[in-house]
Amino acid sequence: MSVDMRTYLGHVELANPVVTAAGCAGSGAELAQFFDLGRIGALTTRSITMAPRAGRPTPRMAETPSGLLNAVGLQGPGVDAFLARELPWLAQRNIRTVVSIGGGTVAEYTALARRLNDAPGVAAVEVNLSCPNIEDRGRVFARDGAASAEVIASVRAVMRYDVPVVAKLSPDTADIVTVARACVDGGADALSMINNPLGMSIDTETMLPSLAAGTGGLSGPAVRPLAVRCVWQVRAALPTVPIIGMGGVLTGRDAFEFILAGACAVAVGTALFHDPYACLRVLRELEELVAARGYTRLADVIGLAHRPPGATTRHRTDFEESPL
Amino acid sequence: MLTTRQVDAYHALTVVAPGIVERFRPGHFVGVAVGGPHTSMLTRRAFSIHDVKPDYGGTVEFVFAVNGPGTAWLAGRRARDTLDLVGPLGRPFPLPRDPVNCVMVGGEYGSAMLFAVADALQRRGCRVDFVLGAASADRVFGAMRARRMGETTTLTTEDGSLGMRGRVTDVLPGVIADVRADAVYACGPMEMLRGVTDVAVEFDIPVQVAVEERMACGIGVCMTCVLPVIGDDGVTRMVRSCVEGPVFRGERVRFDDVGTIPFDALGAPGGGSRNVG
Repeated sequence: MSVDMRTYLGHVELANPVVTAAGCAGSGAELAQFFDLGRIGALTTRSITMAPRAGRPTPRMAETPSGLLNAVGLQGPGVDAFLARELPWLAQRNIRTVVSIGGGTVAEYTALARRLNDAPGVAAVEVNLSCPNIEDRGRVFARDGAASAEVIASVRAVMRYDVPVVAKLSPDTADIVTVARACVDGGADALSMINNPLGMSIDTETMLPSLAAGTGGLSGPAVRPLAVRCVWQVRAALPTVPIIGMGGVLTGRDAFEFILAGACAVAVGTALFHDPYACLRVLRELEELVAARGYTRLADVIGLAHRPPGATTRHRTDFEESPL
Repeated sequence: MLTTRQVDAYHALTVVAPGIVERFRPGHFVGVAVGGPHTSMLTRRAFSIHDVKPDYGGTVEFVFAVNGPGTAWLAGRRARDTLDLVGPLGRPFPLPRDPVNCVMVGGEYGSAMLFAVADALQRRGCRVDFVLGAASADRVFGAMRARRMGETTTLTTEDGSLGMRGRVTDVLPGVIADVRADAVYACGPMEMLRGVTDVAVEFDIPVQVAVEERMACGIGVCMTCVLPVIGDDGVTRMVRSCVEGPVFRGERVRFDDVGTIPFDALGAPGGGSRNVG
């Protein structure tokens, strides 16, 4: 039995709910040698910045139990090179592309959105709010609902109406629901969560931090329960807003967990470092799981874990068999 | 997986992997998943390919030292276990068109990858000489094979337990002069590569180095294995040693600045671009 895996980000249809997480798929060409990128729901680019960025010094990565600490620092070619080379490469191959953008000021985000406006092949824009706000003592936008909403509103204002704006939220905030609501009020068409929570590890040989930057973002299965909690809370508060869930998805079961918590799409990130074929494997396993539970449409299981305890799950077949 | 053997301080694993052998060029490496199917270790370990053989459809051998839980797990593998490998990865060594004299310089188990290069060079009629070094005798990899393959082989150890006491860079100028070397191929720790490059630059001969930078994915998506390298246009970029390397022209690598972002690198903080994120 095949399952209808189509899902929607706003009005943009994705063939299936498995996408890559920002910053985990390179420019796309690196993964294309392993599998056909057209078979996943969408590819999310690394966060594009106005100017080229060299990133942070090395070591940038430290392995932790079931996780990975990273402090890459948004290394990338800048928006000009991105629009000249990377985006056309993806567009030529008809790969659905979610472009992630990052900036230090509201004006920088807006300028990036304006540049992306005329570019063909942008399925959606994901706003990486976990960047330090230069105008606010380097506090990251995502920590504060008002600062996040300001960015989202200005990006939404200049972005073409048919390109959804996705706000990427960080769990490093007092209340993720407040920030999520502020973003939606600011015009976000969808939300994605979670970005890496900050972590740290210290090398006991050198007795110094393992990362050159000191702290770094923690990813991998270590953060999955945290991510599922965030998706659950936001879904409960804002049930109509599409959510891209991410955080330590290694298998179809993990993806299913996010779907049940209320995500309509699931991003695979750190798993790609371990297994370049992870996206298609997760998709296959997810489809098998949904089918095994007796469902024929992915849409029927999104947020299913929110039903009251004891309530029976309503299958689509229930309607068909009903005498009404 | 086929066999596992211990060579002095190192372990060598031979794996049946016909797909990798088919496309192998000297200098390639493999990314190995460690810890089994439900591992808590998410990053792949990168090992340069020591040897490929046509037996069983094609086997790959790589050499490593145990220095953490991941490599300890690998060292505990036995014949007929299965192993998750991705490869061949990276850009291989460029080979000269003409028969020239080449010196192969290996530090620690970095010398493992040089034998495939030496083999390819000899098939092109090149003369090959070896200079291998390490901290102590049991950490010099492949001395026997180097003696068989090379016209001359010079060994160095820091404690003097094998060959000359000292480092490879102490004897390299003499070897280059003696054999009238036209090119140097090197693999080993970063500090050694820097010394070897300095020597080669002094003699004004090309030097190809294979760096051993720590990687997480090995396929170019994680951006953690970067180092500052000067491009053809003279601009320094933070390039990934997994896809743009691991082989670089030695004089292009800014060894003094490895582990930092040089201020004049493309996109460096304060280098004309705003520092965000």
